[in-house]
Amino acid sequence: MASDGFLEWMRREGRIVIVGASLAGLRAAETLREEGFTGSLTLIGDEPYEPYDRPPLSKQVLLGKATADRTALPRRMALDANWRLGVAATGLDMAAKRVRLADGDEVEYDRLLIATGVHARPWPHEAEADLDGVFVLRTRDDSAGLHRRLMAAPRRVLVIGAGFTGSEIASACRERGLPVTVAERAAAPLVGALGGVVGQAAAELQREHGVDLRCGIMVTGLEGDSAGRLRSAHLSDGTTIDADVAVVSLGATRNTAWLAESGLGAGPRGIACDAGCRAFDVRGIVTDDIFVAGDVARSPHALFGYQFLSLEHWGNAVAQAEIAAHNMISASSDRRPHLWVPAFWSSQFGVSIKSVGVPSLGEEVLIAQGSLAERRFTGVYGYQGRVIAAVTFDQTKWLEFYQRQIETAAPFPPAFPTVDRRPEGLRPVPADFPDPSLPTHGPSVTLSGYSPTDRRITFTPARA
Amino acid sequence: MRLVVDLNRCQGYAQCAFLAPDVFAMHGDEALLYNPHADDSQREHVARAVASCPVQAILVDDLGDAAATVKEGLSSGQ
Repeated sequence: MASDGFLEWMRREGRIVIVGASLAGLRAAETLREEGFTGSLTLIGDEPYEPYDRPPLSKQVLLGKATADRTALPRRMALDANWRLGVAATGLDMAAKRVRLADGDEVEYDRLLIATGVHARPWPHEAEADLDGVFVLRTRDDSAGLHRRLMAAPRRVLVIGAGFTGSEIASACRERGLPVTVAERAAAPLVGALGGVVGQAAAELQREHGVDLRCGIMVTGLEGDSAGRLRSAHLSDGTTIDADVAVVSLGATRNTAWLAESGLGAGPRGIACDAGCRAFDVRGIVTDDIFVAGDVARSPHALFGYQFLSLEHWGNAVAQAEIAAHNMISASSDRRPHLWVPAFWSSQFGVSIKSVGVPSLGEEVLIAQGSLAERRFTGVYGYQGRVIAAVTFDQTKWLEFYQRQIETAAPFPPAFPTVDRRPEGLRPVPADFPDPSLPTHGPSVTLSGYSPTDRRITFTPARA
Repeated sequence: MRLVVDLNRCQGYAQCAFLAPDVFAMHGDEALLYNPHADDSQREHVARAVASCPVQAILVDDLGDAAATVKEGLSSGQ
């Protein structure tokens, strides 16, 4: 019963520290208070802003329909928290239960939640990245700066990388009437997340809206003028593009560098944790006082062969934070697993793109209804004879149905007829994902561990 | 007044765009754009949008707490 006593004390007057003051950190803090935690609560964030929402930064803000400084997240309640904003966590002493801060201060905890998220992968060449006109888009400040520059009517915007963020930026630029070139190393946009079949539909969507889309190509160098302003970009096919704005959209890197010496199981792929959000240490032993949530977490998922998934999805950050918070102040028999079915959305060129499951696990895809050519369809992904994911272009209402198919491991190809089935949807075709053993610029889902048919360890260079 | 829409839940019913058109707008057939920091004069419209959303995807700052939480956010960082 001694442990029950500890838990009671913990809930009443324990000290909980949350590193990462964004969506996951805020939702965890709210959940702790909702569930009756009355001890001290500290939130640490490296940005000087209270928690804000990121999805509008690549959409509404660039379109001028909202401003970057007014995207703060609504609060469900007053938190009575100690906020340490504008100061990064720089280290963790697991034995002494302290978090070190950039200003030299240290914060003690009884339970720690790490929700430090990711940062945009910068342009690898530092001098070129520093050119005036070269942007990444992740934070409120990034978005405000890019919006200001788009307002100044640049001659041409170059978007490097056609993942979701890059495609959304290109979409916003076209809506503003700006000339845009998109350079993508793969054969089509969104290939890493949705595969080549759906990627081709995304490519046609971009071209219809006047994007100068160049695939199968890499940007080899950015060139500035004598004043340090971006002037042009060189491509691997030998051509040159004149552009005064370039947005580097090459995916994200997990914010784990501050944990390097801590002994926690943290690396470039995130922080490994169990299904209850408890972090592993470097020996693979689960901790019981350190929890992780959001983009930085990497946890095993029962629906996907217990592979460790890290998901850069808005809904995952919310759901995982709520589970982590609950488990931090609950006895082991009351703890809950984080078994969220991955789901994300994007909107670009006036089309709502949504997905459930993990499309990148899919071997084959079936266009179960609608048509790729009309940019209105539902694609269902199959893996080893079961439904593993679905994606919709402007057919959101079907996703819930396919989510249940995924949850129940329904057979693939689906045995039932669907409405609006077209000739192209009569049989599955290869989903055409890139070889997972090759490095990609920016996967939205990183898979590691093993799949039952394919056990291997793959060397992935840090700078792909 | 701060708001956020859970776009995983949103299915593009467009009730909000009808009831609070200065805050919510459809962008194409199904994609939703909204102003995450709506003017307080829109409160009544937004409240109706929140109540009528078939999938309950809209979260708005609670009126009573708003002042306290904003102050809490601003007094931080020391």
